[in-house]
Formats: sequence, C-alpha cells, structure tokens
Amino acid sequence: MKQPPPQFLKSLPASAGSSVDETGAGDSNKGAPVIALAGNPNTGKSTVFNSLTGMKQHTGNWTGKTVAHARGKYRYRGKDYLLVDLPGSYSLLPSSAEEEVARDFICFERPDVTVVVADATCLERNLNLVLQILEITDRVVVCVNLIDEAARKNIKLHLPLLSRLLGVPVVGTNAREGRGLQRLQEAISRAAGGPPPLPGPPPISYSPAVEEAVALLEPALCGLALPGLSSRWLALRLLDGDSSLYRSIKRFLNVDLRRNKVLGAKVARAKGLLEKESSGRKAPDLIVGAIFETAEKIAGQAAVETASRSYQWDRRLDRLFTSRSLGIPVMLALLGVLFWITITGANYPSELLAAAFSWLEGPLDAFFVALGAPGWLQGILVTGVYRTLAWVVSVMLPPMAIFFPLFTFLEDLGYLPRVAFNLDSFFRRAGAHGKQALTMCMGFGCNAAGVIACRIIDSPRERLIAMLTNNFVPCNGRFPLLIVLASLFLGPAGGLLGTLTGAAVILGAVVLGVMVTLGVSKVLSRTLLRGLPSTFALELPPYRKPQLGRILVRSFFDRTLFVLGRALVVAAPAGLLIWLMANIKIGALSMLESTARFLQPFGVLLGMDGYIIIAFLLGFPANEIVIPLMIMSYLAAGSLMDLSSLSGLQALLIDNGWSWLTALCVMLFSLNHFPCGTTLLTIYRETRSFKWTAAAFLIPTLTGAALCFLVAQAARLLGLA
Amino acid sequence: MNGELIPLHLLPPGCSGRVCRIEINGAARRRMLDLGLTGSTAVAALQKSPSGDPTAYLIRGAVIALRSQEASQIFVAPDNIK
Repeated sequence: MKQPPPQFLKSLPASAGSSVDETGAGDSNKGAPVIALAGNPNTGKSTVFNSLTGMKQHTGNWTGKTVAHARGKYRYRGKDYLLVDLPGSYSLLPSSAEEEVARDFICFERPDVTVVVADATCLERNLNLVLQILEITDRVVVCVNLIDEAARKNIKLHLPLLSRLLGVPVVGTNAREGRGLQRLQEAISRAAGGPPPLPGPPPISYSPAVEEAVALLEPALCGLALPGLSSRWLALRLLDGDSSLYRSIKRFLNVDLRRNKVLGAKVARAKGLLEKESSGRKAPDLIVGAIFETAEKIAGQAAVETASRSYQWDRRLDRLFTSRSLGIPVMLALLGVLFWITITGANYPSELLAAAFSWLEGPLDAFFVALGAPGWLQGILVTGVYRTLAWVVSVMLPPMAIFFPLFTFLEDLGYLPRVAFNLDSFFRRAGAHGKQALTMCMGFGCNAAGVIACRIIDSPRERLIAMLTNNFVPCNGRFPLLIVLASLFLGPAGGLLGTLTGAAVILGAVVLGVMVTLGVSKVLSRTLLRGLPSTFALELPPYRKPQLGRILVRSFFDRTLFVLGRALVVAAPAGLLIWLMANIKIGALSMLESTARFLQPFGVLLGMDGYIIIAFLLGFPANEIVIPLMIMSYLAAGSLMDLSSLSGLQALLIDNGWSWLTALCVMLFSLNHFPCGTTLLTIYRETRSFKWTAAAFLIPTLTGAALCFLVAQAARLLGLA
Repeated sequence: MNGELIPLHLLPPGCSGRVCRIEINGAARRRMLDLGLTGSTAVAALQKSPSGDPTAYLIRGAVIALRSQEASQIFVAPDNIK
C-alpha cells in the first residue's frame, strides 16, 4: 500500500482472492462521478457491484460478507464512473462500525449519486434505509433487486408508483442475470449529470411532537457552518442521541458540537419536551417508529402480495436444515458427502497429474544434459524446483478444484446462515458471538479471509476471539494434506470403503476443529477476553437457486487458481531451499540432515519426526507446501520413490518410519498449528497489535503440540503403535 | 388484542403477535429498532434451533434469529394462542 488509505477505509490484505482495489481510487479517477452503492445486507449489492464493474468481489448468500468497501470503475456511454460498494447496513443510525462507515461516506464524502439496493421480497424493511438516505440527499437512485424472486413469492411490484412516492428514480433489477442493469446505468448517469431534483415534501412524516422538537432545534443548527448537512436531518439525529455522529462531525468537518453548550442545552430541552408530549416514549423509538410507519405505508402500495405469500420452499428447507432432531445430523451428513465427493473425485486426476509430471521429468533431464548444463543447476531446477511444483499441483489441485465449487454451492444456496443458527447455542455457551460460525465457514476457504470476515462481529471482544480461533478450521491449503494422509494411512486402501473412511476421518477432523474452536473460545472468554456475549440478531436469508455455471467459473478462477498460484510462488523457492539444504554439507552431514536430527527428539515427542517439523516450519508462508516439502526432504535425504503414483508416496513415507500414528499426528498438527504467514499478517493488520498476533501464533501451536503429545504418548503407552 | 403480554421467547413456534414493549436499552435497542421491531410490529415465531435457542422470527418479511436473552425483553400481544 503506497499511499495511506483514507481514514474511513480499512485496508484489506490482498489475500482473500479478491482482485478489487481496496486502497482508494487513486488520482486517475479525478472527475469521474462517484457513485455510492448502499443497501441492507444480503440484497445482492455485491452482485450489482460486480456486474457493473466486471469485478469479482466475493458474493455469497449471507449477511455481511462485504466487510470493507470496494471500489471499481465502469464506463457508460463514454463516461467513467467510480462505484463505491459500502458495507451492508440496516440503518444509517449506526449501531455497528460498518453502518457508521456507510453513514459517514454518504454524509461527508458526498457521492454524486447514491444507489440504494433494496430487496424486492422484503421491501418494507429495506425502505427504512432508503428513507433515511433520502433524508440526507435527494440524489438517489433506488435499485429494487431480486425482482424475479419477488415474482416467485407472489409479490406484485409497482415500481413507477414507488418512484412517485419516494420522489426519486426506481429501477427494478435481477442483477444475477444482468437484467435491468442497463436501465440502472442510465438512471445513474441522468442523476449524476442532470440538475438537482426539485425539493419535494420530506419523505417521512413524523408526529407533530417530533416536528415541534425539530423546529425548536433547526434555527440553532442553521447558524453553524456544516456544509452539506441538512439542518432538519441533523436536528433529528441530535434528538435521536446519536453520539457517533458528533465524533464524525468533529473528524470530517472539524466542528465539535459537544463543546457547543447552547446547542447542548437546546437539545436537552427539545428532547425533554418531546418525551413529555409523547407520554414518555423515547425519541429514538418515535423517530424509527415514524420511519417504519412510512415504509409500511409505501411498501403496502408499491409491493402488493397477490396470493398468500409463498414461503413454502424456504420453510420446508428450514424445517429440514434447522430441525430440532435432524438439523445437526443433516449438517454433518452434508459435510461428509462433500468430503466423500472430494476424495473420490480427486483420486484419479491426482494419479494422472503425478504420472504426467513424472513422465515430463525425463525430457526435462535430457534437455539439461543436451544443453550441457552443470549437474548442480539441473539438481536445483529439476530435482528441487520442478519436483516440488509438480507435487503441489498433483496433490493440491484436484481436491481444491472439487471442494471449492461444492462449498460455494452451499454458500450460494444460503446454507451457511443456517449453520450459524444451528451452532449458535454452542457459541453462546462459549461466551462467543453466533456469527463466529459464519467466520469459521469462511475459514474453510482461507483463514485470512475468515479473519477479515470477523469484521461482521461488532463487539471487539468477540471479534478478537473469532480471529484468534479462526485457524482451528482447516483452510483449503490444509484439506488436501488431510485427504491424502487419511486415504493413505487411516482406513482400508481404495474402494468405496476406503473413500468412505477417508471422508469420515476428514469429517472427524473438522468436528474436532470446531470443538477446539469452542473450547479455546470458552477459555479465552473466561481469561484473557472476559465478558458476556453481546446482542445477536442473525438474518436467515431466503434460499436461492445456485447458479452452477457461475459457481464453477468463479470458484475455479477466483479461488482455486488464486490459491494454487500463491502456493506455487511459495513452493518454488522452498523447493530450492530444501535442495540447497540437502546438498550443502557441514562436516559429514548435510544441512538438512543436521537440522532434522536436531529437531528429531521434539518431533518424536509429538509422534512425528525431524523432517516433518522442518516441512511445517518451511511451510509457514503457505500450508499447501507442507506435504510436498516432506516428500522433497525425504527424497533429498536419499530415499527413492516412484513419483508417478500415490502408492509410491505411501511407500516413501513408510520407508521413513511412518505409521498410522505418524499420519494422525501430522493431521492433528496440521489442524492445530501456527497460522500461515498471510493469515498472521492479516491478524496483525486487523488488530494492530503484536501481542494479539503473537497470541494467534502461540495458541494454536501450543494446542497442537499438546494434542499430538497426548495422542502419541497414549498410543505408545497402550502399545497401539 | 386485550390479552396479556408475553415475552417474545415464549411465543410458541407457529404463533404470531404484535410488539408492545421493548425493554432492551442502548445499542442493542437500536439494533432491534433497525430490524423493524418498533411499536405494534407484527412478529411470527417460525422455529427454534436444534438446541432450542435462538429462535427464528418473521419480522417485516425477513427471517431473523434472536437469542432468548434478547427475545425475553421484547413483549408481544399474542394473536392466537390456542
């Protein structure tokens, strides 16, 4: 990041598979109209953003996955527009950091046009935000998205009427299929280019008592130099008692309203008067109540339910997925099936790739010989770099390419919030936030992304717990290790029984990961991060039919290739390093051997060996390379193997003293050890604290060491291995 | 509608009611208001999670899960208790 990001922007590490420019617009966009994209969470805002900009911001059917605002450009009729995707918010009367960011952007950065994306199936609640934004600015375009779903749910939309009632353009879209986006762009360009709309009547009608209180405050506010803020809106916020607004006004406009004693006294008087005239009802209730009453009235006219509203499918699926008796078994079964498909499907392409790479090594060697290259160069490039890369691709690529799309399917369907719903009571008892289940699910893809996703948790204490424990779920850099070792060592080889056992073992590993997450969360919330669980409201969005083609393309290009690319970048130098260590001798032993011997006692204590520990240490930049590094160091230490098949791998490991216990301990340690470099860096960026970053390193490592030690010693004592 | 008020978490799944009083304060109250839980909002209890808490409610067309801790401080007039 060359330039410091604007103060309202949190910087995002470039690790989460998104190619979106998070750092700000840069100078090249000067002059392009700024279009803010606001909306309730889970209304398809990110889909609108992606369709307009052609970018690949992560989308998923759960609330709150846009956690920082992304920016992107698009061209319409030869003119550039800068689109800013604000975090999803229910309201501009902020109760979370995300909502404050959205509010501050609309109020103080003053975009040329604010597009509010509203969910057509839930218009009434979405109008709450629309109306609040209309109180701030009238340069608004309302984008009623998900019109296809509304039609399926027997909701008849009257968009021209809605536009008349709100006094701003309204465009209906189905962003997932690209419908209506042209009209949206047209409406935006008109709103950005045209003269300001004529002032209409205020969109929200408050009770006479509220109006009186506003009238009392407005004159005092008109005298203050607060550019761009309507005095009516500000008066309402002051009555509302929104303390975060005082902070933002000081920060952006450098006016400290709290120092203004005269104003303070007036606010107190107006509030007192208002509450007295409203038989004790508090100002925020009166204000929000009025907004929702208006929303109800407008939605009642503009979105009419023609038949009884059809929730049938959603309710039916929910009865299965969150059923009292079946909810959790169904969840485990789904995950088990996912793993089974991955294991079964990955086996054949893995063998094929390994064979292809092994065959290619012959011509490569011949090529170097023909060139007359020195032996060490051939050693470094072929035995060191090429082989490591070959292992990364053949072992890692197939499971990723299968698991990612399957998982994305569940995400698109809207299943993940149901997981959070099912698991919430466990998290509550651990003193953690229910949304931690969602961040945990993100961790399956990439722990760095999971850590960033923790921003959806408002309470700093619970957010920290979620960040520190995210690493306990295996990211997809670690899944292949679990899959390979489970299918080679735990359970019968090959066949249906073999793959089923493999799937069961992986499922067990994940369940263990979740249990450790809960256990560590509980310990943290009793010790370092003491406190009570905060308020929790989780939206269960309607199920959506996943788009298969899009899932395949997106999960392959955005996730699989990205993760694989990162692994390859790291694997090449790591392979080189292993080769050098194996070939540089100090005394009688190579560096690799002497390091392995030094680490051997520690490794044995944990049921592993010195080479494995080296592989884990060198795998710090990316977990994907741990298995390839193990293979490389065994090979470098003199073992021979048939590179062309996975049974060759099994023979190599057994030759080096592996038993089922070794495999189990490696799996346990893979599940519970220090997060990869990217994840740790992300944790540091999010917490800005060396202390918590160190904790994020130590907690899983110590947990893993303890688990491996116990398992290894117990197995040896009982004579099992 | 002149029956007695019950806390929302005691509203049985399948039943509905209208919000009458919210006894939560501070930021959490704001959160509830933003979800549309204002005076006289219609709420229907849909179903409980496997462990019985949280419960999913239908509020203004959206399905929202609330923990008992919060729901117990929201009082509703039930429509149709059998």
